[in-house]
Amino acid sequence: MKHSLMIALLSSTVMLTACGGDKPAETRAETSAVKATAPSEQTEIRIVGSSTVYPFSTKVAQEYKNKTGQNVVVESTGSGGGHKLFCDGNDMSTPDITNSSRRQKSSELKKCKANGVGGVVEVKIGYDGIVIANSRSTEAMPLTLKQIYMAFAKDVPVSDTDCTMQANPYTLWSDIDPTMPKTKIEAFGPPPTSGTRDAFVEVAMEGGAKQVACLAEMKNSDGKMFKNIAHTLREDGYWIDSGENDNAIVQTLVNTPTAIGIFGYSFLDQNGDKIRGAFVDGAEPTFENIASGAYPISRSLFFYIKKSHVAQKSVIKDFALEFTDEGTWGPGGYLEEIGLVPLPDAQRVKYRAAVENMTPYSQ
Amino acid sequence: MANQPSIHAGVRALARLKKRRRSEAIFRAFGIAAIVFAMCALAWLLGSIIGTGYKAFYQHSLTLEVELTESILAPNGSRDPDTLRRANYRRIMQEAMFTRFPDIEGLSSADQRAAKRQNFDIMSTSGGPNYIRQMVFKDPAMVGQTITVRIPTSDIVDQYLKGNLNVDVPEVQRKISDRQIAWVKTLRQSGEIKAGFNKRLLFSTDSRDPELAGIASSFVGSLMTMFVTFLLAFPVGVGAAIWLDEFAPKNKAVDFIEININNLAAVPSIVFGLLGLAVLLNWAGMPRSAPIVGGIVLALRTFPTIIIATRSALRAVPPSIRDGALSVGASHVQAVFHHKLPMAAPGILTGSIIGMAQALGETAPLLMIGMVAFLTEIPSSLTEPATALPVQIYLWSDSAEQAWSERTSAAIIILLMVLVTMNGIAIWLRSRLEKRW
Repeated sequence: MKHSLMIALLSSTVMLTACGGDKPAETRAETSAVKATAPSEQTEIRIVGSSTVYPFSTKVAQEYKNKTGQNVVVESTGSGGGHKLFCDGNDMSTPDITNSSRRQKSSELKKCKANGVGGVVEVKIGYDGIVIANSRSTEAMPLTLKQIYMAFAKDVPVSDTDCTMQANPYTLWSDIDPTMPKTKIEAFGPPPTSGTRDAFVEVAMEGGAKQVACLAEMKNSDGKMFKNIAHTLREDGYWIDSGENDNAIVQTLVNTPTAIGIFGYSFLDQNGDKIRGAFVDGAEPTFENIASGAYPISRSLFFYIKKSHVAQKSVIKDFALEFTDEGTWGPGGYLEEIGLVPLPDAQRVKYRAAVENMTPYSQ
Repeated sequence: MANQPSIHAGVRALARLKKRRRSEAIFRAFGIAAIVFAMCALAWLLGSIIGTGYKAFYQHSLTLEVELTESILAPNGSRDPDTLRRANYRRIMQEAMFTRFPDIEGLSSADQRAAKRQNFDIMSTSGGPNYIRQMVFKDPAMVGQTITVRIPTSDIVDQYLKGNLNVDVPEVQRKISDRQIAWVKTLRQSGEIKAGFNKRLLFSTDSRDPELAGIASSFVGSLMTMFVTFLLAFPVGVGAAIWLDEFAPKNKAVDFIEININNLAAVPSIVFGLLGLAVLLNWAGMPRSAPIVGGIVLALRTFPTIIIATRSALRAVPPSIRDGALSVGASHVQAVFHHKLPMAAPGILTGSIIGMAQALGETAPLLMIGMVAFLTEIPSSLTEPATALPVQIYLWSDSAEQAWSERTSAAIIILLMVLVTMNGIAIWLRSRLEKRW
């Protein structure tokens, strides 16, 4: 009995080995066939890019698929990774659209041109606020950009007028401003690889540094030095990198009521029963304030279309039209429901026209 | 003889004995403590995953009477599929909800608009309209009829009914309004909202809306990837191990190969992803996000594990078996394939299955070759875009809606069950086939 089972097993192994021999060859042939006929065979819309735009892009992909049956593949590669893939070439195996949580850099556009990408259409889709939040079980904490800078910079000036730098000495919020609570400074925020972190550093930290008189002077005289001072977060344990998972930060805040967390607006929107967003420079992180620009820490979200692909795959334009439909990205549209802050009317008209006419942009 | 008692029974001897026994007791206590700690950690991990995850296996749905008004769906009277597909099904569902709660009519006009939206938000605002869309698209003759459908409630209502939402905070701070709570209570009492097994979790593709999302596409993607991995890694790995162990000449070159196979096992998996990107995608021009590429990359990752397991299994076979075969005139190949390999089979299979289980849990290399993706279709061939189960877990865990946390845990439970099954097969095979000497 044992012996026969063993033989059966062995023979199946040998059979598998034999299969293993021709199967990859077969599929390899299939692959090259697909490649040879790629332009007509590859029918799905390929989207890459920012993980911040990913939830909005996938929502539109899903609705578009429901309406038309067209398959859409959305990859979450990060903004930088997305631009790299997008500008890698013009043939149909490269992505059709890339999402970005910042504007395309001029170096990236140049690379696109150098690699033969014929025309890039830029579409701004809306805004995302970056929220500084704490648990609902404690008091609200109004902050200014300057206080944010003082709390989280690695080095801070000795005083407003004397820019001799010292290692950040503050351990309690009350050390920065006596009117603030006597609790430990402790922030859970995104790691350096995250776009949210980039935006936080660029808008909040730099904005705060500019409010210090002598640093503002330095910005004019030695921009590089200023950037270095403003962009370096402290590493002595008061700022804690918490990975890319914003849900984990929300959970941590609930368990650690004195701590604050930094993440995208949609997480505040979805977890308003557990956490509250801090007022920054007197503005509350709400839909209206982010849309009007009254809330200072926000960024624009984009996607970019490869114009040359549209001629061969007209569904790309159709998809972009679905994305820029009023029922999608306008006030009350289904993207607002999941946390996208819509553009003002004039801008929506402008970018809608760019999609309709497939107008390439230049920087 | 005379001084033996002084060594083994003197005061100092007794003290030594006591010390030895104490150190043994301490070591045992540490051993038990380590096991208890590990078991507690495991129990805590499983407890927290199952504790949140089980809730995703049931879901609330709403029974609703829907009038498929012709003036909304096909205003020009045509039944052209494209018109039907793009028609305004949201409007149809809004009207259906409004018909169910006509009291909204009595409110002031501004309030009425908010109330209508909240009223519609009780159902899955994406899933409800789409359910009707697919029905009408399939059978256009339904336009004009009134039908009764069961559709999922929104994730918020589902979370509220599962008791996951904190409703003690002021109304503006929560995702569910007082009005919605009142409606949901009415519908629950009348039995129009009911909880049932969440089939979508197992049989649907991924979705942006938690109440509609399922693991089917990523599960199929994982199966396809594992299929390619197995076909490549198993025969090549076992073959390489047999050659190295039995037929390879003993020289520097072979030593060098052996060292490098061991090194390969220690290479971080993302490196294999980079290799796949550079060689398979950029150089060989294979399609992005395809399970065939994922399978090849993971095969490279699994390959050293299989070689190492196979070699140790082969070495565990007593040399007398091979010598016996050779002595009765078997060729070297016959001795290995007829006698040695069958005896090493349980060890080889166990090692291979464990290697495959490791590959099943990989995400990092898949990121580089574009398998961290959202798909709207279940892949049907090895060259179509696909994703994998651990990738799905990663993407879900990073989404904002609260309902995702239980779904993430549920997907982890499913992945764990697959892994436990694979390990179970390994154990079963070993106990079934193992020979003892």
